[in-house]
Amino acid sequence: MSSATASWRTWLTSRSPRSRRQAWLGQAYLGWLSLLRNPVALLGLAIVLLLVLTAIFAPLLATHDPLAQDLAKRLSPPGTAGHWLGTDEFGRDLWSRMVYGARVTLYIVLLVVATAPVFGLAIGTAAGYFGGLVDVVLMRLTDIFLAFPRLILALAFVAALGPGIGNAVLAIALTAWPPYARVARAETLTVRNSDYIAAEQLQGFGAWRIVTGHVMPLCLSSVIVRITLDMAGIILVAAGLGFLGLGAQPPLPEWGLMISSGRKYLFDQWWVATVPGLAIFVVSLGFNLLGDGLRDVLDPRSASR
Amino acid sequence: MPSRGGLIGRRARGLAGLAATLAATFLGLLFVTFVIGRVIPIDPVLAIVGERATAEQYAAARHALGLDRSLLVQFGLYLRDVLSGDLGTSTLTAHPVLEDIGRVFPATLELATIATLVGVLLGVPMGVSAAVRQGRLADQAIRLVGLFGYSMPVFWLGLMGLLLFYGDLGWVGGPGRLDTSFQFVFDLDVPRITGAILIDTALAGAWDVFRNALTHIVLPAGVLGYYSLAYVSRMTRSFMLEQLHQEYVTTARVKGMPEWRVVWVHALGNVLVPLITVIALSYAQLLEGSVLTETVFAWPGLGLYITNALFSGDLSAVMGGTIVVGAAFILLNLLSDLLYRLVDPRAR
Repeated sequence: MSSATASWRTWLTSRSPRSRRQAWLGQAYLGWLSLLRNPVALLGLAIVLLLVLTAIFAPLLATHDPLAQDLAKRLSPPGTAGHWLGTDEFGRDLWSRMVYGARVTLYIVLLVVATAPVFGLAIGTAAGYFGGLVDVVLMRLTDIFLAFPRLILALAFVAALGPGIGNAVLAIALTAWPPYARVARAETLTVRNSDYIAAEQLQGFGAWRIVTGHVMPLCLSSVIVRITLDMAGIILVAAGLGFLGLGAQPPLPEWGLMISSGRKYLFDQWWVATVPGLAIFVVSLGFNLLGDGLRDVLDPRSASR
Repeated sequence: MPSRGGLIGRRARGLAGLAATLAATFLGLLFVTFVIGRVIPIDPVLAIVGERATAEQYAAARHALGLDRSLLVQFGLYLRDVLSGDLGTSTLTAHPVLEDIGRVFPATLELATIATLVGVLLGVPMGVSAAVRQGRLADQAIRLVGLFGYSMPVFWLGLMGLLLFYGDLGWVGGPGRLDTSFQFVFDLDVPRITGAILIDTALAGAWDVFRNALTHIVLPAGVLGYYSLAYVSRMTRSFMLEQLHQEYVTTARVKGMPEWRVVWVHALGNVLVPLITVIALSYAQLLEGSVLTETVFAWPGLGLYITNALFSGDLSAVMGGTIVVGAAFILLNLLSDLLYRLVDPRAR
């Protein structure tokens, strides 16, 4: 058993990998090792994993139906029998709503990750690879979007498209892509003139294949760091839109929305607004810690800054 | 060595480029608000003529609004209106939007300014101390304070602040700018000169109103200031670390210069330039963050104006507010860029 592990390790840390996959896995393994040496980043990773697991196993973890009302028990304090975190103004169990809220948060996060970085990556690599006029036009566009106030613009978008979780995600994605374009362009510029790209060009490969096959993968690590660091901000903006009543709509157990409804009872039933806020705080903190750690691993230049 | 004329030419070109970027960005902002205004599912013509209008009345109103022209012409008309200061009329207050914004904006500016002061006065020393004690307990603690700021929803922190300092301890005033009893005194006796409540009451010598206003502004300004502090201290730390590893710092130490002078005069002096950029950006973010904070604290500023307008479907007011915040944001970015060029000889 241990000899098998040892041979795996040798294979992973080999200085002369035989295949691309071996090289890639080897890099990932080394990154993982240096992440292990960073306890704070591991704490972040644990929190993010906790979010994912909570979202997946929500039906098992929840003690009640998150939408089930029980007006007889409305606004029960934490520690009430059967409701250890208390209940809200409709007597819904706060713990169960918090657990199901992880699903909403994860849904928002995944949707934004699936859109904004992809778009930014496309813009940035295109600008960096083609250069010239394409670069000028695309980067000017990026700068313009970068100079916009994010929350206010998201607010205006949602005002136009109508409140709702899908529109909130769209609004966030529309304002979140420019940093990715910047990062991707910078990375592209560093590899654009390298020999292997020239070799590809000489072999007659098209720009599409070179960019998607050989430029984009090199931008990925920077983009991933950026995504992790951005995630906390995205969660906060989404929660803010929910709080204002422009994101998720009742009775969906979205954390920002839950704080907003708990606001009316703040001074007498403090737990209704406090509990979901703690959830947002812990999850954002997790992403921030993980992002800091990943940056140290994947981008050694900025380590310990 | 470049000739003097060449230098001036380069500088002028730099400024011209900056002005072009500013114009392009502002145009982009207006284009976005214009597009948003077009996709709104509310028919502006129907809102004016009502549902029982004849087809002719409808067409006439449509023509009067310029909606039968091409989109490009409509955008041109929109540009003309906005640039001449016409942001439309608010359906909620029945005043021109620009007039409304002029009335509410000082409250937001006052809040953001005090918050920035808090952030800079605390954040810069914290960042410097963290850099000097890199890796030690004080550094870790300051980093944690910053990380918490990056991770807490501002509206939740505001609510928790109200719960603790207003509800439980009674140390600060509640939501709003004044207690109701002082509101009457303020409305009757204090002339509005700047719109900033602390300045106006001080100018009028109404010190009891001033004190009451102070108890109300402490909490929202403190909450916003915390976010500014988180950002400023983190950036200061990173800039300072860069400087402290430079050779001139070693030279200064070898010469026997006192450590405080090396850190607070020489190194910090070189950090001031990028720091100005950070402070301007943080100020811009606070203006934006005011939307949520003002909602929590019932602070009658631009943020609350925009949210209220949003919920009553008052689109001109929402777009007007977006344009003003966006313009302030862009201008602050430009200002930081200009200051950067002014202070840093290398950027000339």
